[in-house]
Amino acid sequence: MSTQSALPNETVADRTLNTRALRADARREELRLLALLSPSLLLVFAIIIVPVGWLFWLSLFDETGALSASNYARFFEQASYVKTFVTTFKVAFIVTGACVLLGYPLAYMLSQLPRRAASICLIFVILPFWTSVLVRTYAWLVILQRKGLINSWLIDLGVISQPLSLANNFSGVVIGMTHILLPFLVLPLYASMKTIDTDCLRAGMNLGAGPVATFRQIFFPLSLPGLASGVVIVFVLCLGFFVTPALMGGGKVIMWAMRMEQTTSLYSNWGAGAALGVVLLAVTLALLGLFQWLLGARATGVWSSR
Amino acid sequence: MILSIAPSALPISMRAIEKRFGSVHVLRDLNLDVEAGEFLTLLGPSGSGKTTLLMILAGFTRANAGSIKVGGDEIIATPPHRRNIGMVFQNYALFPHMNVSHNIAFALKQRGVAAKETAERVEKALEMVKLAGLGERRVDQLSGGQRQRVALARAIVFEPRIVLMDEPLSALDKGLREHMQIELRALHRRLGMTTVYVTHDQREAITMSDRIAVMNAGRIEQLDRPETLYSAPKTQFVAGFIGESNFVPVESRDGSVWYEDRKIRTAAPAPAAGRYLMVVRPETLRLVENGEAADNVNVLSATVGDIIYQGDSFVCYASLRDGRQLTLRDYCRGDVLAKMPAPGQPINLGLDAKDTILVAAEG
Repeated sequence: MSTQSALPNETVADRTLNTRALRADARREELRLLALLSPSLLLVFAIIIVPVGWLFWLSLFDETGALSASNYARFFEQASYVKTFVTTFKVAFIVTGACVLLGYPLAYMLSQLPRRAASICLIFVILPFWTSVLVRTYAWLVILQRKGLINSWLIDLGVISQPLSLANNFSGVVIGMTHILLPFLVLPLYASMKTIDTDCLRAGMNLGAGPVATFRQIFFPLSLPGLASGVVIVFVLCLGFFVTPALMGGGKVIMWAMRMEQTTSLYSNWGAGAALGVVLLAVTLALLGLFQWLLGARATGVWSSR
Repeated sequence: MILSIAPSALPISMRAIEKRFGSVHVLRDLNLDVEAGEFLTLLGPSGSGKTTLLMILAGFTRANAGSIKVGGDEIIATPPHRRNIGMVFQNYALFPHMNVSHNIAFALKQRGVAAKETAERVEKALEMVKLAGLGERRVDQLSGGQRQRVALARAIVFEPRIVLMDEPLSALDKGLREHMQIELRALHRRLGMTTVYVTHDQREAITMSDRIAVMNAGRIEQLDRPETLYSAPKTQFVAGFIGESNFVPVESRDGSVWYEDRKIRTAAPAPAAGRYLMVVRPETLRLVENGEAADNVNVLSATVGDIIYQGDSFVCYASLRDGRQLTLRDYCRGDVLAKMPAPGQPINLGLDAKDTILVAAEG
């Protein structure tokens, strides 16, 4: 070749070429992205930040409208508040536990079924979602009450002589809530079980672990992130549950949300009601934080390696 | 220092294996013997049944009929966790919730090996795959090549009688893949375990294997050493799958082989009368001058279509008089470069009688 081409480092000595234009362009892009985000940011602000802030503001005033901490002091002074608090968590723990015991085997079965059979079975899990909570709760009342289906069957069969008290008490609340919340555990758990690599299970067996050992050492640990998200959803929903405990508790089981309803609509004490809301929100957030801390490291370890 | 696997290497004998998925016949009356300590590759296109056969060997898929004997013991109905066969999976299938050491120790833990011995053996296995010191790493902190090595260490640490590998290198990039081929080969030489390797990459199979079983449509088309498969393919499928080939239709009649009206000189005596395909490998063709032809060289006249320069070698695409394409490849030596033809120019292609390969025409 006779023509000589210039080497790149000989052509341009200016290392600041177009830097200003490029920086301005980057800034414009950031502004455009912010503009695109602004509708959703406004929405979040209007329907979450403002009401929660207002709730918090309300909780700081007593019945006379004077600024005071009496709404919060009540939690420690009145035994009924403490009792409600304890009941709420007791119900939440038992219902979550029941959902895990029923939901884990169900999700496991669904994840092992062939695709077609699994989608048919999933319909039965999702179907109750399409019915109102109120309708389902009344249906449980029909089944569980003193002269309901279960008691009359058991008496007809001679298994029991006196009807069991299944509704209008604690067990009624637990049964009703478990039924309603079960899909919230099964669906995320099923989704996470479906993502477990079957080759991992095969590898386990190949390396000498029998079916039980493979399940215990490989499948179960890998399903934990899904189980954790299901448990969190169910537990948080339990804490604020209203319809089912109100109808199936027979007035004996007072949960947090019911106490809120009483305070605001029966006694028109908005400050006290708001304080209940703030405490529920704070406790829920604290629990979520605890969960994140307990399971987070392990869960992220599993997810990020996919 | 090395794990002593060689003494326990066992032969595998597969007989009359049948597998159907619904109406699809995946394996038909498959018979295969793998010698103790041999590196045998199942090579074939996707859907040829090679992976299914490996899955049946590992015990993850149940055959409809047949027998698998490992060192004389029937294992066809043995559950996978009692087969004592190591396996390297295509996507490694490392346990994401365990670190590297725990992954490798898994098999030893199942076998109740004491903690101290487990630690020693894991350490040795890590050294063997050149990952010493990485035992505490999480699986997601490893590169693709390192994961591959962990999978390998995990499959051999419990000194299995047989190791199966299902396209273990297919997820790696080209350079690393070629490097790992050589490393796997060396490891096999050192440990001497009976190895059944599955791949669709003929070059990989040729590089690594003692013998290759070429599979097509649920059958073994040919089982031979790599060099035999390449130089003496028995079917058109094998000739087409291994290496690069051009096929020229020929006919055997009157004790000679004919391409159109031209007699083809062959090293072997002409086969029974009928239609055949002559397999022409690009590197066996060469450019010859007019009248240069010796007695045992076939000369085919052709026209140059295109010439591609590839640095160390060149490829010449030429068409015979009937329009059939032939490919010639040669090294760029001085004398060849000097007489390099131009596109459109008539040339003579020389093919030695000893390089003629005939296979039965299929279909």
